[in-house]
Amino acid sequence: MSAARVVAGRLGVLALAAMLAGCAVAPNRDDPFEPMNRASFKVNEVVDGHFVRPIAQAYVAYTPKPVQTAVANFFGNVRDFVSVINDFLQGKLDKAGNDMGRVILNTGFGLGGLIDIATEAGIPKGNEDFGLTLGVWGFPQGPYLFVPVWGPTTVRDGTGSLVELYMGPVGYIPDVPLRNTLYGIGALNARAQALSAEAVALSAALDPYAFIRRAYLQHRRYLLYDGKPPPEKDSP
Amino acid sequence: MSLHRLPALRLVPAGARRLLALAFIGVALVAFAPPIVRAAADEAPDALVKRVTGEVLALIKSDARIQAGDQARIREVIETRLTPYFDFERMTALAAGRGWRQATPEQKKVLAGQFKTLLVRTYSGALNQYRDQTIKYLPLRSDAGATDVTVRTQVEQPGQAPVQIDYSMEKTASGWKAYDVVVGGVSLVTNYRDEFNAEIQRGGIDGLIKALEAKNGGAGAK
Repeated sequence: MSAARVVAGRLGVLALAAMLAGCAVAPNRDDPFEPMNRASFKVNEVVDGHFVRPIAQAYVAYTPKPVQTAVANFFGNVRDFVSVINDFLQGKLDKAGNDMGRVILNTGFGLGGLIDIATEAGIPKGNEDFGLTLGVWGFPQGPYLFVPVWGPTTVRDGTGSLVELYMGPVGYIPDVPLRNTLYGIGALNARAQALSAEAVALSAALDPYAFIRRAYLQHRRYLLYDGKPPPEKDSP
Repeated sequence: MSLHRLPALRLVPAGARRLLALAFIGVALVAFAPPIVRAAADEAPDALVKRVTGEVLALIKSDARIQAGDQARIREVIETRLTPYFDFERMTALAAGRGWRQATPEQKKVLAGQFKTLLVRTYSGALNQYRDQTIKYLPLRSDAGATDVTVRTQVEQPGQAPVQIDYSMEKTASGWKAYDVVVGGVSLVTNYRDEFNAEIQRGGIDGLIKALEAKNGGAGAK
């Protein structure tokens, strides 16, 4: 076989491979691990659907509304405190001022954060977290990940969440049962808050996995740019 | 869909078209007496959003059947009071992205109709959860002659972070119409792009239409 024929043969194989790749559904550039993530999504549907979601639904249905609001406010106040640190890490001093004002007002005059006076007073929430700080510092978003029970995240956001979980104020509580109780109620509160958005997403989506992925990435982008994201380039 | 979209009407002179529109509105008035008549073509986009959302939310609070959780009634209210202010064809085009250009006019019509059904259903589900929220209308920042604006609102609810809801609106022959709703940075329309693309790659435009029909029919049967 001559060298020219070998080259021609290889080109043919390459062209065939390119054609086959063109036939398959193009991979999502944010989600290179899609098959693995979809498997996690399925696992999550079982675990969450049978255990976590029913508990969150029962919490919403049977706990008095003022208690739910107080719980949401308490963890909102903890979040605002974490937000202050991230505001400073990102150099956003006006946001730091707002969030610090919120924490002082709600902790001091709102029964340790159970009442959200600051929102009534019109002080906006900064909503910063360490994942966003990493983004502002220039770390790339990294692949999208769907983690069972935890939900949608990215390598960057997941790293931020882990750092906050270990460094956050609740982690410093020396009393282990109290700390774990707070972790538990915090998780329950977070899951309960997501119920209504989840119901809308499930009713809207042709493919809930893809819908949640796009919504998560869009929302995080919106937060990263402080509510004013530049227009997105048309992705294929 | 609205009058100006009917192709046959483009051949009719403007004066006659206005008469025809008046006649149409007269029939509509007799039929269900909605406040659509007040939707003058020169109403400012932010004023339009404020008026329409205000009317719909007031109706939801006062309507006994909606308060009792009657989904059909909520859907009816959305169909008569909200959908006239949306450009579903443009929304579908945005959601389908490049795939839209492959579609025949007939496919476009069917696709837009199915997408509209899906959005109305989703929106009625979301409105069903509407409780004690208050809506703040943020000032409109645009030039006087602009034909494409973003109306920004903020929904506040006790115990939760405020949610920003923006309406992308375009000036059409029959007044301002919304072609996207962006909730907390999540566009209701482009959020469908991945799913629509995947369906088009799998089964073409007809595949996408079938998937939407299955979704709409499947949930309606529940």
